[in-house]
Amino acid sequence: MNGWLFIIACVAVLTWVAVCLAYDKRPRFLRPITFVTILCIWLAALWTLIRRFTEGLGAVSGMNDAAPWGLWIGADVFAGVALAAGGFVIAATVHIFRIERFKPILRPTILTAFLGYMLVAVALFIDIGRPLSWWHPLVMWQHHSIMFEVTWCVILYSTVLAIETSPPVLERLGLNKLLRIVQVTTIPVVIAGVILSTMHQSSLGSLYLIVPEKLYPLWYSPLLPVFFLISAVAAGMCVVIVESFFSAKILNHGLESILMRDLGRAAGIILFIYLVMKIADLAARGSLGMVFEGSLQSRLFLLEMVGCVALPAILLSIRKVRLLPRWLLGASLLVMAGIVLNRINVSWFGMSVSDHLHYIPTWMEIALSLAFITGGTVIFLLAVHFLPIFPKTADEPAELHG
Amino acid sequence: MKKHEHDKDLNTFNRRRFLQGLAGGTGLCVISPEGLKAHQPASAKTPSVLVDITRCIGCRSCMRACKQANDLPVTTDLTADFPGTWDAEELRFDQWTVVNPVTGHNGDGVEVTRNIKSQCMQCLEPTCVSVCPVGAMTKSELGPILYSADRCIGCRYCIMACPFDIPKFEWEGGMWAVIGKCQFCAHTRLAEGRLPACVESCPTGALKFGARDALLFEARARIKTQPDRYVNHIYGESEAGGTAWLYLSDVPFENIGFKSGVETAPMPPLTWEVLSKIPIMASAMAGLFGTVAWSLNRREAAERREASESQEESE
Repeated sequence: MNGWLFIIACVAVLTWVAVCLAYDKRPRFLRPITFVTILCIWLAALWTLIRRFTEGLGAVSGMNDAAPWGLWIGADVFAGVALAAGGFVIAATVHIFRIERFKPILRPTILTAFLGYMLVAVALFIDIGRPLSWWHPLVMWQHHSIMFEVTWCVILYSTVLAIETSPPVLERLGLNKLLRIVQVTTIPVVIAGVILSTMHQSSLGSLYLIVPEKLYPLWYSPLLPVFFLISAVAAGMCVVIVESFFSAKILNHGLESILMRDLGRAAGIILFIYLVMKIADLAARGSLGMVFEGSLQSRLFLLEMVGCVALPAILLSIRKVRLLPRWLLGASLLVMAGIVLNRINVSWFGMSVSDHLHYIPTWMEIALSLAFITGGTVIFLLAVHFLPIFPKTADEPAELHG
Repeated sequence: MKKHEHDKDLNTFNRRRFLQGLAGGTGLCVISPEGLKAHQPASAKTPSVLVDITRCIGCRSCMRACKQANDLPVTTDLTADFPGTWDAEELRFDQWTVVNPVTGHNGDGVEVTRNIKSQCMQCLEPTCVSVCPVGAMTKSELGPILYSADRCIGCRYCIMACPFDIPKFEWEGGMWAVIGKCQFCAHTRLAEGRLPACVESCPTGALKFGARDALLFEARARIKTQPDRYVNHIYGESEAGGTAWLYLSDVPFENIGFKSGVETAPMPPLTWEVLSKIPIMASAMAGLFGTVAWSLNRREAAERREASESQEESE
């Protein structure tokens, strides 16, 4: 029972922070109540970090030998990487498939992905047991390991994202020669980014291929890498929608509503494909009956598939819903919640034996995770403030909610 | 014929050729799928230990010997005299073997208690070795799986992936936490031609050291000569593709805490199947996206040229 209260408290805190960040527009992120909330979180995170690096992971986290990966891996890394998928999707749309009308949202999306990956890298640095050895996979190769692939993908794709994010910075600094070099190499860099992203998104699923008898059958599948990739693409698009919506609100510029509509439609179609594949996969492996067995895992699975995949897929397929920004936003938020739930299900509940949880995250783990989210948001707002991220024309008020 | 077509392709699509070459080259540098196997062939001569659970009296001599041989801290509990009432001990990063009394139903439904020794099973095709991103877990030529803290990054994938839940992490370890698990005394005693410390210390002959095929033969012989005494299962013969530690018991293994349902096929191929396809997939994607981007770009450039030409004409 305590566990449930704890989870409800966590969700409440998370919602509170989200509301603070989303609806605190006037003097931006410096409004007192938001400021105090964020300050508390950051101080708690600082405390967590100091203790983690001096006393070890056991002192700050609920992780143990029965549950070696916790919230930082499940929510921050797995979900964080999936939510950053918008970056490669939009980059490919604009630069490879030359659908140039998506260009206005390219820069904010890439920036989001870059910040996301930076936070993932920091989270990994904190989470690994020997942080100062983080570079070992670069020189000590063991290419039979999915983790080796994951490490290389994080490092290489972060580099690619840094290059893709650099134009606004270079423009701002007036380094035109360097800017031209970056522009000339755009297409190869974007292609490399798409390949690395595909590999990385799927490899996070592949990590769990090795535990067929540990991961709950509702989530274990030989197709895990494919599921991780597809769900990340849909979620990445929805992140773009949500992020554009709140940017438009907070920064008082226009919402690219036609683009959002198209993105929503595409995300809906991908969700349908995901749903059908998931059902077919369960049926093929004879696990379809487990969906309704009433265990903790089956309930979470139902919540994930019905509430966060089927429902938004239906919503997004209805034209009238896509035309209303608030409904579009709601459906997108559902998809985002769904991907976080899915990654947590795989890494936490799915790895537990029935309803005996080996692991409950501590408040310190949650504080650090919240610090990542708020920190990322603040850096994003600062970057938008100082760099030419959003197109200038979007300032026209006529476009608002258009 | 195919080669000819390929050549023609290369002549026409420059960008594609470049990207394919780039991707293929990178792929080849990183990984050469031919000749690589994720697992070594099972060896019949692997140094192994046969544990006869019916002979173990639970004296924990092996635990003490292990601590001494590997310079691991000795808990106060282990200094007590036998027989004593000891708390259940768990495997830890600094405790590589434990013996615990486990109570369970025997075949006839009677509750019995048996002393179960656990330690790293020393798989013939170890999952931990295949999942470690830096090769901190290695299978030595002799067979035992060794851990090197110098390479380890502490990602704990070995803990997650091990089918027997053996590797343990130093949770209070600050910046330089380590993984700990039994290494069969391979570096020290085995290299000097001595028995593993636990085997040497066993006073009842519950642990027997030998080549794996000889021990399997012995185990089968014991089952055959005393079919009433033993259940007809050698735990470790086929679990996770076979392990160097083999167990004989008079109580069904799943009733006394042994993990049942461990895959009998080796685990490493599960991920290698995906990993081995990456070079070809990445090259294919590079080729595909390169072609699309290049051709669309060219068309756009042509359109732009036409537009400017027609503009000039109209002027």
